[in-house]
Amino acid sequence: MDYGTIGSIFTVVVFVSFIGVVLWAFSKNRKAGFEEAANLVFDDEPKQPVKNKNQESSVNE
Amino acid sequence: MSEATQTHPEYNYDIVRKFAIMAVIWGIVGMGVGVLLAAQLIWPALNFDTPWLTFSRLRPLHTNAVIFAFGGCSLFATSYYVVQRTSQVRLFSDKLANFTFWGWQAVIVGAVATLPFGITGGKEYAELEWPIDILITLVWVAYLINFFGTMIIRRVSHIYVANWFFGAFIVTVAVLHIGNSLAVPVSLTKSYSIYGGAVDAMMQWWYGHNAVGFFLTAGFLGMMYYFVPKQAERPVYSYRLSVIHFWALVSLYIWAGPHHLHYTALPDWTQSVGMVMSVVLFVPSWGGMINGIMTLSGAWHKLRSDPILRFLIVSLSFYGMSTFEGPMMAIKTVNALSHYTDWTIGHVHSGALGWVAMVSIGSIYHLIPVLFNKQSMYSIKLVNVHFWLATIGVVIYIVAMWISGVMQGLMWRAVNADGTLTYSFVESLEASMPYYFMRFVGGVFVVVGMVIMAYNVYKTITMKESTADSAADENNAQAQPA
Repeated sequence: MDYGTIGSIFTVVVFVSFIGVVLWAFSKNRKAGFEEAANLVFDDEPKQPVKNKNQESSVNE
Repeated sequence: MSEATQTHPEYNYDIVRKFAIMAVIWGIVGMGVGVLLAAQLIWPALNFDTPWLTFSRLRPLHTNAVIFAFGGCSLFATSYYVVQRTSQVRLFSDKLANFTFWGWQAVIVGAVATLPFGITGGKEYAELEWPIDILITLVWVAYLINFFGTMIIRRVSHIYVANWFFGAFIVTVAVLHIGNSLAVPVSLTKSYSIYGGAVDAMMQWWYGHNAVGFFLTAGFLGMMYYFVPKQAERPVYSYRLSVIHFWALVSLYIWAGPHHLHYTALPDWTQSVGMVMSVVLFVPSWGGMINGIMTLSGAWHKLRSDPILRFLIVSLSFYGMSTFEGPMMAIKTVNALSHYTDWTIGHVHSGALGWVAMVSIGSIYHLIPVLFNKQSMYSIKLVNVHFWLATIGVVIYIVAMWISGVMQGLMWRAVNADGTLTYSFVESLEASMPYYFMRFVGGVFVVVGMVIMAYNVYKTITMKESTADSAADENNAQAQPA
């Protein structure tokens, strides 16, 4: 196989995988899960109210 | 916030503290050496006629210190912090974590103890000799085990996108480092690469550009995906986009290396592949930048009162700028003008000082109060001063290098009617002098900012809650109409 053929196959494979990733990311089934994941950033504060319980809004402001 | 939140485990903050503090210290050292080098280009006498203070020996020390010492410590600190918090579990192993800390510091000290004495493998950004390379490998494998171990024992079902980026950075850097550093030692301080000729060059820049793509980009994007939403107090603009961003970025970056070798002995088709891949890379880069900046949509006013958020968002603007500039410079015809000129140096610094350093600084300002159990930084005003010093410094720096670089490129290619060169090299060097001074001034701004940061961090750690100057800051802020 020459470079041209390998290059073509590679391009098609990458293109198809990319479309696959896009379809997967935009499928309805993923919406809830993604929202959950996106909020993990805020789900990491200590639950028990410590002295500075205003942490939600006051860290570093 | 749908994940069931039980009591959080006691996170290992000790390791994060150590790395965060060292990031600030190495930042001052690495950038300080950079300023010395900038000064040497104006006043050559500043090498004091000592071999170990010459430009050629200090330059790799500067790049190693800022990339691997400052950048590396920032990445260790933030990745250890983020992976624990978003996995809601304590670090897999405290012992391994400590090993990575002391091992990494030993690597840095090793660099300081060898590079100025001319002990070098000679590969850019991979100068360190083989005994240090082996130590890096050990530290990195420990890091990999610890990071992925923590993800495996996580208490939530999702792996947050920041951890995907950190994970890709750790795995790829292991592969790059081992691949490019394969060498035959002939003595304790000298080894020769197992590759030769054009293959060696290709391996070097496969490594070199992915040091940029994975060490200096993927890892810091991980930082961005945690600290921007956290500081802005809203989830990332589009999680879907972040997933596409991740896969597109990691699958494209690895092919971009050949753009460092345009018009060399590298096969022509390889150069063209590298060029095309570099140009395409613009798309995921901007996807990520837009995702980060748009996280602020509806909360833009926060930029006015929060200099930490400003650091993070301005870093993304510089990221957008340099990831537009990079693909453009990778186009062969543009590269014919820009290559080997100061334009390249300007491009690197808009990425390194504008993006990497500013996103790290913003993240560390966010981290320090949390890690040391304080309400906020000692002085938000000083954070603001630092922000302006850093921003103005970087702008001065890159503008100087743009002008100098384009001018050099034009002067070097200018030919007379009879085909002889119009300018000698020294003439172009003379023409660059004012811009070298400008660059020096920009660099001083940046270093002064870092020193202020160190002072602010020190005062934050040692302050008693009630004496906080930030309390005064807050009162001021409240007194002023918003």
